[in-house]
Formats: sequence, structure tokens, C-alpha cells
Amino acid sequence: MQTFVAQVISGLSTGGIYASIALALVLIYQSTGLVNFAQGEMAMFTTYMAWSMLNAGWGYWPAFVGACLFAFALGFGLERLVIRPLETAPELALVIVTIGLLTIFNSVAGWIYTYTIKPFPSPFPAAPIKVGFMVLNPQDLGVVGVTLLMLALIYLFFHSTRLGLAMRAVVENPVSSRLVGIRVSWMLALGWGMAAVVGAVAGLMVAPLVFLEPNMMGGVLIYAFASATLGGFSSAGGAVVGGFVMGILENLTGTYITLVGTKLKLTVALAVIVLVLLIKPTGLFGRAAVRRV
Amino acid sequence: MATATSKRDQGAVAGGTNAGQERRLFWLRFGALAFLLAAACALPFYLSNYQLFEFSQAFIYAIALLGLNILIGYNGQISLGHGAFYALGGYTTAIMTTRWGIHYGWTIAASGLLSLAAGFLFGLPALRFEGLYLALATLALALATPQVLKYFDTWTGGSQGIVLDKPPVPLDLPLNQDQYLYYLSLAILVLALIMAWNLLRGRVGRAMMAIRDNPVAAETMGVHNALYKSLTFGVSALYTGIAGSLGVLAVTFAAPDTFNVFLSIDLLAGSVVGGVVSISGAIFGALFIVFVPVYAQQISQAAPWAILGVFLIALMYLMPNGCASLLHRLWGALEKKIAGASAIPADLTPFEDGAAEEDQRSARAASGD
Repeated sequence: MQTFVAQVISGLSTGGIYASIALALVLIYQSTGLVNFAQGEMAMFTTYMAWSMLNAGWGYWPAFVGACLFAFALGFGLERLVIRPLETAPELALVIVTIGLLTIFNSVAGWIYTYTIKPFPSPFPAAPIKVGFMVLNPQDLGVVGVTLLMLALIYLFFHSTRLGLAMRAVVENPVSSRLVGIRVSWMLALGWGMAAVVGAVAGLMVAPLVFLEPNMMGGVLIYAFASATLGGFSSAGGAVVGGFVMGILENLTGTYITLVGTKLKLTVALAVIVLVLLIKPTGLFGRAAVRRV
Repeated sequence: MATATSKRDQGAVAGGTNAGQERRLFWLRFGALAFLLAAACALPFYLSNYQLFEFSQAFIYAIALLGLNILIGYNGQISLGHGAFYALGGYTTAIMTTRWGIHYGWTIAASGLLSLAAGFLFGLPALRFEGLYLALATLALALATPQVLKYFDTWTGGSQGIVLDKPPVPLDLPLNQDQYLYYLSLAILVLALIMAWNLLRGRVGRAMMAIRDNPVAAETMGVHNALYKSLTFGVSALYTGIAGSLGVLAVTFAAPDTFNVFLSIDLLAGSVVGGVVSISGAIFGALFIVFVPVYAQQISQAAPWAILGVFLIALMYLMPNGCASLLHRLWGALEKKIAGASAIPADLTPFEDGAAEEDQRSARAASGD
């Protein structure tokens, strides 16, 4: 029982990271209808920026904020400079462009920072906390806390600011939004910027666990895909729930199904993606896409 | 569909001009192909063994890219996970030759057939994945491949991989092993090219393209979409599996981490650089992914991938149909000059119906997707 609860809690912690990347994917998918395959690598690159800032003598939280600002500029700039000119290009072209970004970020990070793994500090204390019969890891609690706080902020932004309202309007109906004076393309760039920030926070949270290296987001990305698919690409809340479910599922299959162990983690995510797409392609919370032919 | 018929119409119109022109055109094309083939056959006598190995590698990749082009370019299904089929073919050969002592020739065929089956089976659920979802599922497949290979370590030798022998030169031919491998790859590539050309110009190819251009219309015209899409996936995997088999024979080594996600991205990049909707593009793309990294590596270990990424993005802006489209145009101009006719039809690609795609996207947006 104790292992079960411990596994669930640590699953929630990694789940928070998956949820964040999944949320970043969904933010972009909802506004532009494309999956940003470079999301994980952008987060990795931003985390390296934070590492540089820390090395330059910054404190953890200033570096955290600095990395988030960098991420916003990166996401915003990429949308304006790289994605926007291809707005009318077919899906395949955009998939290829984001794959191109993936390889560029991966190799530029390797180029600048080398491929040797680097430890990354955690802002949370290391000493375990005892709550009743449970021993909790502050790292886990911290990651869950940061994720939930970020989600709350995003929810508030979308539901109680004019800018958030405008962005929701763009997702609902770009044509009408333009007619009422919303600058649609700027809203899309803003969406990319926010997605990059959400991804950056995930990168900063996962780096202490997996160590910093250019390929650190591969495993996270496949789980984030599974999370977004499970929750539904058309539902931000669904992606978050999917993230936590995938985090717990990863830990429980790893602990209790000996066939899986830790060696087939990625295959579990692949299986979830394929099964969800087969059984309920819209995900648990997604809406079916209705299309005129 | 409309583009597919217009290509045929233009061909017919050009054919009707006059017989002399037709004949000159035929000899021009035939001559060019014969020259290329002769040049390829002569190459082993002018190059070092290492350079030959690189060319063999390029031919092998070209076979894989051919499969990818059939899938992406002619059927409109995106795959970011063809490295998995390359790995399947490679490991089939590695296991069959080293563990069971089977002649490598049979294992090439077995790799192809096994990949065909695996591709067909993966294609069945993939039917329900449209566009992006298919990209996502196949990328997940690519990411998961090394782990699966390590998991079945009793078969695959785990992370250490399997070391095998270079195929011996048969029949006492006066060749060394690298030269033999070069000719073997070249022969299989030529066979693969002919088969792809035959497949795509016939009924099956037209059905594939019809599904790509308008699945609903294709279904209405009596094309069995589900069957054709799965079959295309299978055929595409067949090509890639054969390439994987040859690839492992060429490098005489198979290890899980050589079949990581970057192999799949490499294949996609080759396909895009060469031109996804072309048969010849597979060769240009393969030469690109073999030789560009060789030179880029001199800048930095990481440079090849950065350059690849820049190429991918730049191509989407400047030349979405890849090198093949450029050469196609140049060749068209040459033919016009020599034979006095422009018999080359405008090439058709999924990148050209941007307007239709935009309509679809706005319709989707309007319907509240």
C-alpha cells in the first residue's frame, strides 16, 4: 500500500511535467491547428539558458524568470518569423518545419553546451517530509505545486483578462474575431509565446530529475504526446488530466507489471497513443471535429 | 484526382505532336538513363573503398526514401517513424545470418516481407489517424524503437548489438567486398526504382494519388481507401525494410541506438530534400543525407543536424518540392531545346494544393474544431 501511494505521488510529479508539455502542445494546436514537434526541444534549450544564467551567478528564481522571458521571446519570434509565412502551407510542410526546428535546437544545444550531462539545481529542499505514515519527497510536491499554480494562472488569464478573451475568440472563430478588431495573427504569436513559457517551466522542473542534456526531452515528449492524445488535443483541461494520468500510469506499470518494468516505458506511451486513437480518437475530453467536405 | 488526370492529358497532347519529335525525346531520355547507369557501374574502378562504401550507403538510403516517397508523396500519409521499419529489416537480417546461419540473400527477402507485414499491420490502425495524429503516432514509434530492441535482448543482443560478416563475393567475381556490396545495392536500387515506377504509373498508383488528393472523391469512385492506405503503408515499409537489411549488411553491425529517432528524421529529411513526389528524388535525397553530413562534420560534431534542420525549413519556403522539382524543370528546358517540345508536365505535389488545404482549414475553424 505504501509503495502504491508513493508511486502515485511520484507519478503525479512526473505527470505534472507531462501535463505542462501537453498543455503547451494543446495551446498551439487549438490556435493554429498544428502540433509543434519542437516543443520539447524548445523547453530543453530554454533550460540551458537558465543554466547559463545560473552559471553567470544569478539566483535560482531570477534565472527562472529570465528563462521564462527568453522562452516567451523564442516562441513569439518563431511564430512571427518561421511559422507565420507558411500560414497557408499544407499540414505536411508545417510538420516538416517543426521537425526542422527540433533538429536545430537539439544540435545547437549540443554544439554550444556539448552532449555531456550536467546537473541542474532544484529549488526545493532535498530532505524528505514525514506526513503520517507517508514519507513525501519535497521535490515531488514542489513540481506538482508549480504545475498547479501555472495552470491556475493560465486559467485566470484566459477567463478573466481581455487579452485571454481575445485569444479564446481567435480559437473559436478567427474570421469573426478579425471582424471585431482582434489582431488574429498577433494572438497566435502570443499563444506560441505562452506555450513556450509553459514548456520552459516543465523543462526547468524535469532537468533536476533527468539531468540536463540535449536529448533529455525525448522521453518527456512521447509521454506529453500520449497525455495530449488521451485528454484530447482540443481540450486544455483534458491534456492536463491526461498528463497526470500518464505520470501515474508510467509509475504503476513500471512497478506492478514486471513485463514492462522500466525498460518499456516509452512503449507504454506508444501503446496509449495507438489505443486512444483507435478507441476514441478525440480523447477523453475532446470534441469531435466536424468538417465540411 | 484532377491533377492526376491533367498529367495524363498533357502527356497525350505532347505525344500527339509528331513522331520524329517523339522519337528524339525517347532517345534523349533513354540515353540519359543509360549514361547514368553506365556511370554508376564504372564508379567502383575510380573510387577508394571508403568512397564506394559511402555510395553504397546512399543507394541503400535511396531504397528507403523511395518507400517513404510512395507513402508521403503519393499517398499523403506522413510517417516520422520509418526508422522502425529500417531497424526491423536490419535486425531480421542480423539475426537470421548470425543466429541461424541463413544465406544473406534470403534474409534480404525475408526482411522485406516481414516489414511488409509489419507496415500493413501498423497501417491498419493508422487508417484512423489523420494527418497530424499519424505524424504523432509514428514519431512515438520512432522514439520507442531503441527501447523495444533492447528489451528483446535474447534476440537482439541488447545494447551491444550484433556484429555480422560482410557478404562474401560470389562466383569468384574479380571484385573486392566493398565493390560487390556497391553493385548489390545498385542492382537492388535499380530494381526498386523500376518497381516503384511501375506501381505508381498504373491503376494502383492512380488510386493512391486519388486518396491523397481527395479521399472522399476516391471512395466515391470505388477506391477501397482503407485497403489501399494500409497496403501503401506496407509497401513503403517493404522498401524501407529491404534498405535496413542492406544497411546492416553494409555496416556489418546492428545496435539499438543506431536506430533512434534521428534515423527516422534523417529519412524524412532525405525524402523532403529530394522531393517527396518523385521517384528520382529518392536518389538526390539519399546523396544529400549521406554526403552533406560528411562535410558538415568537419565544422562540428553537432553541425550536420543543424544544417539538416536549416535545409528542411529553407526548402519549405523556397522549394517545397525538393531538388527533383528543380531538376525536373531544368531537364524540361533541355528537352525543349533539343527535341523542340515541352513534353514534361508540371509536377504535382501535395505542397501545391495550398489553397485547397487553406479552404479545408478555414472550414474546420468555422465549424468550431
